[in-house]
Amino acid sequence: MNCIISRKGAKARRSRYPVPDLLVSFRSATLRLCVSIFLGSILAITSTSSAQSSLAEVVAQTEPKIVKVFGAGGLRGLEAYQSGILISGEGHILTAWSYVLDADIVTVYLNDGRKLSAEVLGMDPRSEIAVLKIDGQDLPHFKLPDAVTLKSGAKILAFSNMFGIALGNEPASVLHGVVAARTDLAARRGAFETNYRGPAYVLDAMTNNPGAAGGALTDAQGRLAGLLGKELRSSTSNIWLNYAIPISELQPIIDQLIAGKFRPLAREEGQKKPKQHHTVAALGIQLVPDFLPRTPPFVESVKPQSTAAKTGLKADDLILFVNGRVVASCKALADELSFIDRLDPIQLTVQRGQELVEIELVPEP
Amino acid sequence: MTKTSFRTLIVAASCLFGHWSFVIGHLFAEVPKAVLDAEQARITAIQKAVKPAVAVFANEGNGGGSGVVISPDGYALTNFHVAQPAGSYMKCGMADDRLYDAIIVGIDPTGDVALIKLLGRDDFPAAVMANSDDVKIGDWCFAVGNPFLLATNLQPTVTFGIVSGTHRYQPPAGTLLEYTDCIQTDAAINPGNSGGPLFNANGDLIGINGRGSFEKRGRVNVGVGYAISINQIKNFLGCLKSGRIVDHATLGATVAMSERGSVRVSNILETSDAFRRGLRYDDEIVSFAGRPIDSPNAFKNILGIFPKGWRVPLVFRRDGKEHSAYVRLAGVHGEEELAQLLSRRSRQEEIPPEGPRPRPGQPGAPRRPDDQPQPAPQPKPDDQQPRPNPGRAGRPSEKEFEIPAEIEKLIQQKTGFANHYFNELHRDRVWSAFNGKADFSQVTGPWKLRGDMIGVGKVEVTLADDASSGTFPQGAVKLDASQDLDQQLGPAGSGGLLATLHLWRQMLVEGPQKFGNVTYYGTAPHPAIDGPADVLIASRNVAEMQLAFDPAGGQLIALEVVVDPTDDGCEIRFADYRDVGGRPLPHRLEIRRGDELFAQIQWNQIELASSTEEKKP
Repeated sequence: MNCIISRKGAKARRSRYPVPDLLVSFRSATLRLCVSIFLGSILAITSTSSAQSSLAEVVAQTEPKIVKVFGAGGLRGLEAYQSGILISGEGHILTAWSYVLDADIVTVYLNDGRKLSAEVLGMDPRSEIAVLKIDGQDLPHFKLPDAVTLKSGAKILAFSNMFGIALGNEPASVLHGVVAARTDLAARRGAFETNYRGPAYVLDAMTNNPGAAGGALTDAQGRLAGLLGKELRSSTSNIWLNYAIPISELQPIIDQLIAGKFRPLAREEGQKKPKQHHTVAALGIQLVPDFLPRTPPFVESVKPQSTAAKTGLKADDLILFVNGRVVASCKALADELSFIDRLDPIQLTVQRGQELVEIELVPEP
Repeated sequence: MTKTSFRTLIVAASCLFGHWSFVIGHLFAEVPKAVLDAEQARITAIQKAVKPAVAVFANEGNGGGSGVVISPDGYALTNFHVAQPAGSYMKCGMADDRLYDAIIVGIDPTGDVALIKLLGRDDFPAAVMANSDDVKIGDWCFAVGNPFLLATNLQPTVTFGIVSGTHRYQPPAGTLLEYTDCIQTDAAINPGNSGGPLFNANGDLIGINGRGSFEKRGRVNVGVGYAISINQIKNFLGCLKSGRIVDHATLGATVAMSERGSVRVSNILETSDAFRRGLRYDDEIVSFAGRPIDSPNAFKNILGIFPKGWRVPLVFRRDGKEHSAYVRLAGVHGEEELAQLLSRRSRQEEIPPEGPRPRPGQPGAPRRPDDQPQPAPQPKPDDQQPRPNPGRAGRPSEKEFEIPAEIEKLIQQKTGFANHYFNELHRDRVWSAFNGKADFSQVTGPWKLRGDMIGVGKVEVTLADDASSGTFPQGAVKLDASQDLDQQLGPAGSGGLLATLHLWRQMLVEGPQKFGNVTYYGTAPHPAIDGPADVLIASRNVAEMQLAFDPAGGQLIALEVVVDPTDDGCEIRFADYRDVGGRPLPHRLEIRRGDELFAQIQWNQIELASSTEEKKP
């Protein structure tokens, strides 16, 4: 019943990156780190004479493409901010999918201090990205087709709103480092809690701090290479991982998000609901209390002997998709079910711990 | 993770700066000259920068941090939170393999800066202070210091990075430490780096490392370190040399971002100097201290870089019209409040030490093998805030204090002071530079001054110990020194011209020792001269006095007397010093009140009677 959702395209690439076990990969990463830092330093020196001023110039040219995203959160351990990058002149913003976006109003601060409300255009829980849209034109932005692919040892810069240090028109924080490895996050199944399972850049830089998710990974020339991931700590070794997702992995999904494919509640006006439709309660699902503007639809409990119980839905599962449509909140879930005839089966995609699980609910006659 | 990256750094550093460069040269015979030049430039910068770096060890190796020497006579900067647990006396190691005695000079608890003085040499290697406002995001930089108190062989650790942010504002973190206008770097800043220097690629000092954003990953580097900008410290340096506990400044007004997208006054004290200079509620702040204000953080940043008592230019806008004023900044804390906060802070420092605490000259404590997973750090309730990173915690036991007798002479405890010895030292230095030209202790008789109030009329003043009097174009004024001065502020509109002249004479005749209550404030800018003036502060009767001296010639350039702290006082600016009986005296006076010029006086005749007895026959 459990299956890992893979995307087209990712499979083929994955085979090129062997899957080491955690410790081995860490050791080899350490080794690679030393070598790459050594090489990186040489590279740094190569470019120092011209880079001393030009690195500051690269940063100055890149900063306007970085935005600060503010939304839900604010409780201890849950920061109400993250990072994002402009990917079109009209105001499309690529960011990380997280609880921060579970707010009525998502606010974006541009580099020049302008404060704008953003619409969540779409989100893909599997790759943990979302696309926002703000009103704008001729905004400085990264051109996604120009994104570069990096090799181990490449010098990188990381731009983000980590720790929420930068406010208003203050420029985002910049870190420098090297790509320690390009490897597959799926190798860390059961160790790192992440939905994303594709290739990732492992970075020798303390990039993945609170609020850094959604920030930009660039090469030393400021060319976009990846999207900074979330805070990630191995549950077996307690090691924090600094990683970014290559833009090439995300490009197809971003296109779909912009096209509105994963748009939550994107339903044609006037679509009729079946007379007898599914409800959360009838399926035997008890959700968590719905007290946020967008309470994530976590399963509080499952009624024994119910349809949900028989098909293996469990307490603490987070329902992400219903029949392939994103459900971002308890309300959205209830609404989505109201469009499905009570006699029709339902395909659920749920997040269970760090796993994505596919469940088919077949109503009993 | 940190140990790994630390080891990596060492590997990288040894690759770069050791004999490997020779090997590299042969392995890659085609290394371009630009590469070798850049490598050499970096080596030169680091060689230059490690020399003034200081490893601070408090009391018998109980803890410590880092520091940096900034003048050949041994003045060195460190963090307040490093110096405070160490007390008045500490040991400082330098890269020359020597351990020096050092004593506390002055502290800035709010800004987390302490000035200490290393003893025993007058030719210490000193760091060159850069202009930290020139620092740009993306600039290479490196920290030199004593992370995890590793410098048991006194050799500092160099960590390399870039500037991640400039002009950052970090609010007080549960303590009174506030980092304003600071530099953010991804060079590794770990516990023990506190107080150490951050250098630019040229090896010039741009800041003092003191803080990091530490959250759930434990108190080690997470790529976010903050350095107090060296430009802020330059502003405070004169005050720190005074041995005082230096306070930060407030405008007496708060600002907020308005709906209209401008920074506006959201609250203002009617007793503040800013209010007297015309600032009102809802006025738009255009610039402050010469820097444009586009956010409340920018305002707080600028406010944070000035010590209490400085005057800075303020430009504000009301109804489309811009107004400019020089505003005197008041203190953030009352003196007692500051003392209370200091004691509260020292309690908050009582957190369990982390990492090895090796003593100088002894091997470090054993460490965990690197491939063993480290236990997850348990966040404390207050761990969500960034906080300072001292290399130690807890107060030293008094038993461990054994200050050598000759050093003990250089330490004087007094309320309001970190080390009163330095206040006397600088007060006497300033006074003798001024008074060395003339001794007024013999002219204790009445002083008669005659001249013109320019464009207004004749002035005649008689100044004496017990009573002074004067005839001004505004009328005749008498002053009885035994009565409260706040009722004797004539002539009208001057804010106390006769009282100020009276106190001027008394100070000249008596000198600071006899006058009493004279302390060295430090340095502050004065409009009459370029660069900072040396300032003495004194009190007598109900009056607070400020005397500004030109460090270049030692001359007294201004005296301001304030009898009511909620009102403008009277300031006399002295110029045109000419010889009177072997003593230089000012013949041109500019009398100012607040922003207004009250009058200018030119003395034509000055008579100093040597004593009252001499006058009688």
